[in-house]
Amino acid sequence: MTGTGLLERRPAGRRRRRGLVNGQRPGWKAYGFLTAVMLGSMFPIYWSFLIGSGDSTTITQQDIVWWPGGNFIDNAIAVLEDDSVNFWRAIGNSIIVSTVVSASVVLFSTLAGFAFAKLRFRGRNGLLVFVIATMAVPTQLGVVPLFIAMSQLQLAGTLWAVILPAVVSAFGVFWMTQYLAQALPYELIEAARVDGASMIRTFWSVALPAARPAAAMLALFIFIATWTNFFWPFIVLDRQNPTLPVALSLLQSNYFVDYSVVMAGVILSTIPLLILFVFAGRHLVSGIMQGAIKG
Amino acid sequence: MTTTDTGRSAPRPETGPSAPATDSAPDTGLSAPITKKERSVRRIAISQKLSRWDVEVSPYLYISPFFILFAITGLFPLLYTAWVSVHEWNLIGGQGDFVGFDNFAFVLSNPPFWIALRNTFSIFLISAVPQIALALFIAAVLDRNIRAKTFWRMGVLLPYVVAPVAVTLIFSNMFGDQYGLINNLLGQIGIAPVGWHSDALASHFAIATMVNFRWTGYTALILLAAMQAIPRDYYEAAMIDGAGMVRQFFSITIPQLRPTLIFVIVTSTIGGLQIFDEPRLYDQTGQGGASSQWMTITIYLYNLGWGQLNFGRAAAVAWLLFLIIIIVGLLNVAITRSIAKAS
Repeated sequence: MTGTGLLERRPAGRRRRRGLVNGQRPGWKAYGFLTAVMLGSMFPIYWSFLIGSGDSTTITQQDIVWWPGGNFIDNAIAVLEDDSVNFWRAIGNSIIVSTVVSASVVLFSTLAGFAFAKLRFRGRNGLLVFVIATMAVPTQLGVVPLFIAMSQLQLAGTLWAVILPAVVSAFGVFWMTQYLAQALPYELIEAARVDGASMIRTFWSVALPAARPAAAMLALFIFIATWTNFFWPFIVLDRQNPTLPVALSLLQSNYFVDYSVVMAGVILSTIPLLILFVFAGRHLVSGIMQGAIKG
Repeated sequence: MTTTDTGRSAPRPETGPSAPATDSAPDTGLSAPITKKERSVRRIAISQKLSRWDVEVSPYLYISPFFILFAITGLFPLLYTAWVSVHEWNLIGGQGDFVGFDNFAFVLSNPPFWIALRNTFSIFLISAVPQIALALFIAAVLDRNIRAKTFWRMGVLLPYVVAPVAVTLIFSNMFGDQYGLINNLLGQIGIAPVGWHSDALASHFAIATMVNFRWTGYTALILLAAMQAIPRDYYEAAMIDGAGMVRQFFSITIPQLRPTLIFVIVTSTIGGLQIFDEPRLYDQTGQGGASSQWMTITIYLYNLGWGQLNFGRAAAVAWLLFLIIIIVGLLNVAITRSIAKAS
């Protein structure tokens, strides 16, 4: 079970055939187009840094400023010290929520995926269809009762209110089922059983290691989704205890808005994911492409 | 019990641990060095029973966390929304009288819902159609034999890691009516400034741009994966028949992508009709504009529930939106099917 095997498996055969049709390298137009797309992807991020490193007058100048100024650190400090926003708290909260949610989604998805992919039990197919169907259900629309419930449980305003509704994911179960179905040979399970391992032991020492590449990708996607999630945290959390997107929205709704400070906040909240992207971007790419082939 | 039923699709779970330990397989490295005679027949029977129980119950045990938690946090709230929607229900006072469909009637008979519906669909169409078209084109280029594939793929995916809230703050600044970058640039080439916030359609365009900024690359990668799964022989045959690149694209690529296109369109419908982050933060007040130019259904839901503290009506809007999403989703599937068949 190599770490990179997830994507490599499929294209191998295709690459050989590919040469016949469009084997020749495309001309400069293709690269020109892709460069334009990429600049379009990067420009808004660069722009936010331009504003975030200037001062409050940067955006009101007639002549557009194209180079960063020297005030980013000052603006960032202004964000972090803004008492009405609790940015430090927000960073900590986002780390906690995203980590806990991705860990629990991966654990429960792998457990269920193992059962769906490799174990036989009555009602398996029907239940799996149910899981797939729920992927299309906009559960976000249940916010009203969810809020009522969280208030009655005295959880509104706490991180539990954000974590609890996100601890399982139908997509995650589907994803792990698909992966384990092809990545975990029955022989391995059988061998473990022959050696006297209980089911849970088999899961722990055979299925879980085999699931690692897909589990890592799932964790990555859930982490990003949770980190960037706004609607529900915005409803259920309050000013004193926000996640990063909620804190950003507070920065902007301050009575006096200094956009250089807002943009510094945008940059601060995006940097962690940009770093993640540098190291794990290729896994995101292959994860999306992997999911598309299966889904 | 023997271990002979190999070649099955699933291992017979009955080949429990007890059987091999007693009769064969002395080389199963992990079993404890207990001699056979030391084990009483009775212990074998118990452990066999335990093992059977383990095999039969474990699958349900493993899937139950998902189903239980999903039922509590996903399914139940959605269904309970229906219950709330037929009651008078305030944030402060809690559940009130049963009012039948009064909340629905109120929502449907007042303009804001219809304005919100119009805005939501307008934003959805302005974002989804160009996004899928552009994503198809990007995917087609990425599908060619380019150098540094991973680099370009990562390049188009970059915006995905920027949170919608952050995207919105950046773009609402760029689309500023007075000092925005875009109006500034337009002014330099002699075009009058556009009311990106004051004009309804312009604001929809700006919001759609934010959605597309974040999702076009993601969609392109999904389509790229599907394109790569199309057998290359199809293209070879088409080339022999003299079909050019454009003809190949419309006669082979698009029809072959049909299931993936349906998937992309349905998911973007589900997400797009619930749009909240971008319109909520497009200006400081978050009400969807001074004359509700860009107020969407989910913003209306939020305003009813957490602005006016009327949960009954908010729940009615949630259910209406739920129905709309289902109808539009099914409609999309039907339309996409017929289009892809025709081409």
